[in-house]
Amino acid sequence: MYKILDARSVGLNIKQFVIEAPRIARKHQPGQFIILRIHDKGERIPLTIKSSDPQAGTVTIVVQAIGKTTSLLNCLETGDSILDIVGPLGKPSEIENYGTAVILAGSVGTAMALPTAYALKKAGNHVVFIEGSRNKEMVVFEDEVRSSSSETYVMTDDGSYGEQGLVTKKLDELIAAGRKIDFVLAVGPVPMMRAVARITAPLGIKTMVSLNSIMVDGTGMCGGCRVLMGDKSQFACVDGPEFDASKVNFEVLMQRNAMYREKECASLKQFQERWEEQVAELREELAAKESHHV
Amino acid sequence: MSEKNSLPLKERMKILRIHMPEADPAVRSRNFEEVNQGLPEADALTEASRCIECAKPGCVVDCPVGVKVKEVIALICAGDFLAAAAKLREDNSLPAITGRVCPQENQCEGGCIVGKKGQPVAIGNLERFIADYERLSGKLGLPANAPATCKSVAIVGSGPAGLSAAGDLIQKGHRVRVFEALHELGGVLVYGIPEFRLPKSIVRGEVDNLRRMGVEFETNVVVGKSVTLDELMNEEHYDAVFVATGAGLPVFLGVPGEHFNGVYSANEFLTRVNLMRAYQMEEYDEPVYDCRDRDVIVVGGGNTAMDAVRTSRRLGARSATLVYRRSDAEMPARAEEVKHAREEGIEFRMLTNPVEFIGDEKGWLTGARCVRMELGEPDASGRRRPVEVKGSEFVLPANVAIIGVGTTANPLIQSTTPDLATNKWNYIVADENSMRTSKRGVFAGGDIVTGGATVILAMGAGRKAAASIHEFLTAGEW
Ligand SMILES: Cc1cc2nc3c(=O)[nH]c(=O)nc-3n(C[C@H](O)[C@H](O)[C@H](O)COP(=O)(O)OP(=O)(O)OC[C@H]3O[C@@H](n4cnc5c(N)ncnc54)[C@H](O)[C@@H]3O)c2cc1C
Ligand SMILES: Cc1cc2nc3c(=O)[nH]c(=O)nc-3n(C[C@H](O)[C@H](O)[C@H](O)COP(=O)(O)OP(=O)(O)OC[C@H]3O[C@@H](n4cnc5c(N)ncnc54)[C@H](O)[C@@H]3O)c2cc1C
Ligand code: SF4
Ligand code: SF4
Ligand code: FES
Repeated sequence: MYKILDARSVGLNIKQFVIEAPRIARKHQPGQFIILRIHDKGERIPLTIKSSDPQAGTVTIVVQAIGKTTSLLNCLETGDSILDIVGPLGKPSEIENYGTAVILAGSVGTAMALPTAYALKKAGNHVVFIEGSRNKEMVVFEDEVRSSSSETYVMTDDGSYGEQGLVTKKLDELIAAGRKIDFVLAVGPVPMMRAVARITAPLGIKTMVSLNSIMVDGTGMCGGCRVLMGDKSQFACVDGPEFDASKVNFEVLMQRNAMYREKECASLKQFQERWEEQVAELREELAAKESHHV
Repeated sequence: MSEKNSLPLKERMKILRIHMPEADPAVRSRNFEEVNQGLPEADALTEASRCIECAKPGCVVDCPVGVKVKEVIALICAGDFLAAAAKLREDNSLPAITGRVCPQENQCEGGCIVGKKGQPVAIGNLERFIADYERLSGKLGLPANAPATCKSVAIVGSGPAGLSAAGDLIQKGHRVRVFEALHELGGVLVYGIPEFRLPKSIVRGEVDNLRRMGVEFETNVVVGKSVTLDELMNEEHYDAVFVATGAGLPVFLGVPGEHFNGVYSANEFLTRVNLMRAYQMEEYDEPVYDCRDRDVIVVGGGNTAMDAVRTSRRLGARSATLVYRRSDAEMPARAEEVKHAREEGIEFRMLTNPVEFIGDEKGWLTGARCVRMELGEPDASGRRRPVEVKGSEFVLPANVAIIGVGTTANPLIQSTTPDLATNKWNYIVADENSMRTSKRGVFAGGDIVTGGATVILAMGAGRKAAASIHEFLTAGEW
């Protein structure tokens, strides 16, 4: 059982959790993730580690509620527990002093990119962070984004905050202005990452994207997370999650991520209809487990 | 003593092998309940009486761990089932499991002398009978542990190799902690082999026994990621480590189209269904591709492929077809599984090999382009090599394709332990007898050393390793 020491809402449908997980905290490096299973009948879902505190033995994750499991997770509060957490999984981000590193991220992707941004800055890069979101309400972690970067832009689709436009608009502007860009990291929805790749690949700018394929075990055992890189298959959980954007077949990734859409929608709907009951049941189940453990 | 046992040899040899009661194929191919229902006591006694108590029992020779089959059967005939169980446990720490899943026809039963003329004694069924009897009696004689030695052993992986090593080492008085990457204990026994062949409750029972004996378990630890081997030894101060991580990496065919939705590795398909209970999708959150009223093909001819195809049938597949590039005779699956699969309406397409998966514009699988094969000269494995028949291409329609052609070593430990020697396939190199690796204090066994093999061989390796680890801990010499 993994105790939630702090749970707080940080944006619309986005929640941050500080969880006791000493082994993971000790080993975490930027770019890595965990897989958790909330309860006995739950599925295993991957979530990026936003930060870790080896002394306190805690990891911080940020969750956007988009389906059943993330919605249920976001109903949990400080003091609740999660049944299983395994990690840190995946390869750490490749941190080097590239020169100028541009990070593009949106909403929950911002939290996922933060540890890498900090590490790149620490390694001596001039970090340009372009954070995007739909509107003002959805802008998250602005303070941390600013402190992790040397130059910060906030973009909103509707112009309600920062500048109006997509993150790629800002990237185009920087390139048009003749800025030398040595490295790009994009973390967010697949179409966004694909758009970034289309801009940077012809220019030969080294670009990494964090791929969110569907995972089960996270240890290379099932192959469900496989992504197509050119004509080669790689496993996102062990060979990634960050990959060279110029090689990624984004269409296949989108297709595969849609594999269970019908079932996901049905189970989300079912959850929304009786979420209070389900959360109460979950608390009971976890409490029973906890008392069994001691 | 049963009266049959006093029958003269000749009479005994006339008794026909007792048939294991099985669930009705029409019913069982729609549920996940165990197919084999176990021998009733009277039948077990009759079956045991078929043993002619050979002077040189072939059964013992051909059991990979040398279970004293003849003595076990004699104790069954004498009606002392608990003593039979104890005898069984001298060589086999997981009899309820091996009785169900050993490829007996190639092992104990393959060596049984009665089988030379007729059908061999049903040793597997008897083993299962005894183990189940013992479990249900609740009179499991958990052996007492030796006094504490103040030495501790870390075991990585909770498959049959890890579990059996844990059992032996705890009895020697060492502290034992098992680290498992997944959230459930048992390795392939829980995520691979389906409920209808090996109920999870049996594996859980074995784990509970070990817990009662004092073995500690820590799930959700991926050694190599959450902690390295060196950290286990230097920072957590384990005196020895046994690596039993299995051969869990899926092998794909490497043909075009393997990314279409509906193409699974057998590992993923079986994990979703067994470990994550996708077959109870109403209650559990894990989805699996809806097989109902769809066409499923499974590629391969081993136990894994057989389990996947029978599972897809149980999930409601309209057609469930096994596609194998060699012929019936070369299929490595247990004979009983093949028989059960046929009864359940699985179609077998032998000498057939997929060369490409095809799908629609939205990325959903629609079929497999296959070629027919014929058998040529024997290859390195001694089996006749399948060669493609020119111009034989055809399309097999399918909505789901499951690849069960084998697995390979999981590299997470090897890649984070530079001084651990591996072979060219990335399996860990360990001495056949001492199970020692190139690294002081580190032992390895099971599928991670041999490549995908069997439960009993993994169990045997675990026990061998335990003996060798004990010796190392006692003598302190490498
Ligand atoms: C390496 C990695 C890191 C991630 N980090 C974060 C993070 O820090 N914060 C965050 O909010 N989300 C993160 N995600 C995405 C998160 O795992 C999914 O949002 C979550 O699994 C959805 O589960 P659900 O039941 O709520 O939604 P569902 O209803 O199951 O799915 C909604 C959509 O999410 C995607 N999805 C579904 N299951 C999975 C799965 N097992 N793995 C990946 N994607 C899936 C599918 O495209 C699906 O259409 C990450 C994903 C990966 C692969
Ligand atoms: C579907 C299927 C059906 C089979 N049917 C039969 C059968 O009928 N009869 C038979 O005899 N054999 C059968 N086999 C083969 C048999 O199951 C294996 O040979 C046996 O389980 C190997 O045991 P093991 O202990 O070496 O490894 P495994 O059972 O593979 O266990 C290894 C364990 O280690 C864990 N692990 C891996 N890496 C790490 C890590 N880095 N850190 C922590 N933990 C880790 C894994 O999660 C796993 O739990 C079958 C195999 C499969 C896949
Ligand atoms: S362990 Fe397997 S091979 Fe040995 S006697 Fe038992 S069933 Fe036969
Ligand atoms: S070989 Fe067959 S008949 Fe002979 S002792 Fe073994 S089981 Fe009995
Ligand atoms: S999640 Fe199973 S191999 Fe990556």
